[in-house]
Amino acid sequence: MVTVPTSAGTPTARGSGRTTDRRAAAAPHAQQPLEPGRRTSGGAAAAARRETIAGYGFLAPWLVGFFGLTVGPMAVSLYLAFTRYDIFTPPEWVGFGNFVRMFTDDPVFLRSAKVTLEYVLIGTPVKLAAALAIALLLNSITRGSGFFRSAFYTPSLIGASVSVAIVWRAMFAGDGPVDSSLQVLGIELGGWVGDVDLAIPMMIILVVWQFGAPMVIFLAGLKQVPTELYEAAQVDGAGPVHRFWKVTVPMLSPVIFFNLLLETIHAFQVFGSAFIISNGSGAPGGQLNFITIYMYKRGFADMQMGYAAAIAWIVLVVVAIIAAIMFRTARSWVYYAGDNR
Amino acid sequence: MTTVEHVQPGHETAEITAPDAGPVRRRGRRRGLASTIVWYLLLLVLAAVVLYPLVWLFFATLKPSSEFGRNSGLLPWAPTLDNYARVWDGIAGIPLWRYALNSLIVASLAVVGTLGSSALAGYAFARVAFKGSGIFFAAMIGTLLLPFHVIIIPQYIIFNQLDLLDTYVPLLIGKFLGTEAFFVFLMVQFIRNIPRELDEAARIDGAGHLRIFWSIIVPLLRPALVTGGIFSFIWTWNDFLGPLIYLTSPENYTLPIALRLYNDATSTSDYGATVAASLLSLIPVLLFFLIFQRMLIRGVATQGLKG
Repeated sequence: MVTVPTSAGTPTARGSGRTTDRRAAAAPHAQQPLEPGRRTSGGAAAAARRETIAGYGFLAPWLVGFFGLTVGPMAVSLYLAFTRYDIFTPPEWVGFGNFVRMFTDDPVFLRSAKVTLEYVLIGTPVKLAAALAIALLLNSITRGSGFFRSAFYTPSLIGASVSVAIVWRAMFAGDGPVDSSLQVLGIELGGWVGDVDLAIPMMIILVVWQFGAPMVIFLAGLKQVPTELYEAAQVDGAGPVHRFWKVTVPMLSPVIFFNLLLETIHAFQVFGSAFIISNGSGAPGGQLNFITIYMYKRGFADMQMGYAAAIAWIVLVVVAIIAAIMFRTARSWVYYAGDNR
Repeated sequence: MTTVEHVQPGHETAEITAPDAGPVRRRGRRRGLASTIVWYLLLLVLAAVVLYPLVWLFFATLKPSSEFGRNSGLLPWAPTLDNYARVWDGIAGIPLWRYALNSLIVASLAVVGTLGSSALAGYAFARVAFKGSGIFFAAMIGTLLLPFHVIIIPQYIIFNQLDLLDTYVPLLIGKFLGTEAFFVFLMVQFIRNIPRELDEAARIDGAGHLRIFWSIIVPLLRPALVTGGIFSFIWTWNDFLGPLIYLTSPENYTLPIALRLYNDATSTSDYGATVAASLLSLIPVLLFFLIFQRMLIRGVATQGLKG
């Protein structure tokens, strides 16, 4: 009986070399020792086959979901994007018609895209800056940080709920708590929801309010920055600002990158709160008509499934471009210490 | 420039720190105390601002209907529990507990499905060396970044054709098939940190993957299962878009959709009931958080660090 585990990483080359090699190349966990061959099985090849069967067995539910609920629907929506389809009659091929209409003949779409980009590109950096600033603040105190951490994290759990949207609408209504506080200071703004210029700031405040989740990630990252680095910088005469930019930011850059990527993508998907705050309308001036709301209205209210699918693909392309820019620029500012990942 | 400075202080620190240590340290400590007080004040103000909307919501539920629109202050003039009584009577002829029960059923099933499917997939990615694992792992991470827009319309068409609209199947099937990559990733990260020696010992004793998964990994996975379970529950409980698209008859509504009904139908006449129902629907989430905050926060933190 073979009791010595054969490392899958070393080519065992015994006629079975082909399977083993390819497996070793594809599997990131190549150091894993193989199951010791039982008497009935014939060595490495059989063991490799058993691993493959086990792997796909465990992965089966995920694979069904991946192909049935993600890849398949993506392909279908790509096809639908080039059709006119109302769900009751078969789709009718229109070529690039939907896309042409979107950019040349649909001011509501253009407004929606503009509003969404404004929200994403301003809201996300502000949220992350707040998260980082408050993480630094929390990191510098010794007692009670647990309480503050929990208090600040709470909005992240409930921020997307309908309840909070209802609260937000009331908070920012004319003569509501925010408006009346500002009136005390002599600032007369009125209700924020109906105001074309204030609706987006209101939504940005809502998303910044949920700074807790990235803050927790930053805090965990800050704990891992070696204190020697700060001491060394201090000895070299670096002030707090200098230490922040030359030690904290580089050491945190992988975490900053991770947060920036996920929060940006997440922000594109804003739906429920804006839907509730604007009573499902996206507000009369379209100031809350985020792209997801517009897509929902086209697809599920007007039954223009083809057009809605085309909008969805534009969202995907824009998100992909932004992600690609982030990954591309990451090489120059994201720093992996010692590559010990 | 930097290189020069690097060398110089190296020499000087030895001389300087010895005589100057006293005043430097004292000045540092005094500044430390002052800044500590400022820090705490800042944090307290911040906490008050952050939690204010929840405090406002709580007091709003105690305001009688006559005060809405007139009393913009925080505290009610004549506190009352009437709003809760009216919430109990319900909306659209259906009592609120019925919506809460629907939400509870959907969220509980979602937890079971999510944990089961993501633990299985997590084990495959973390522990089984199979051909194609690298590609599928990358694909899984890719779905983490995929905006949902491109899949909801075809999914709706599919479930429509399968005659599954107005059931909970469209809301739940994805959970049982591990489509939420966040949870799969959580499991992968956690399983990777379980010492491999345990598996190997079991393997030498003749255990196969199923056995190792069930008797070794799953018991040790409990913290990740609790964290993942709570997140899954809370996110499903709060989910709005899914139920909005798929549920059509009020008796099937989950809480968020029912709340919308309150919000639309009664916003002028019965705002009190709307805020009371809003607060009630947040309570399970807040309770879970109060009980499990440590585990939840640790779960969030590991997500980001090992990405």
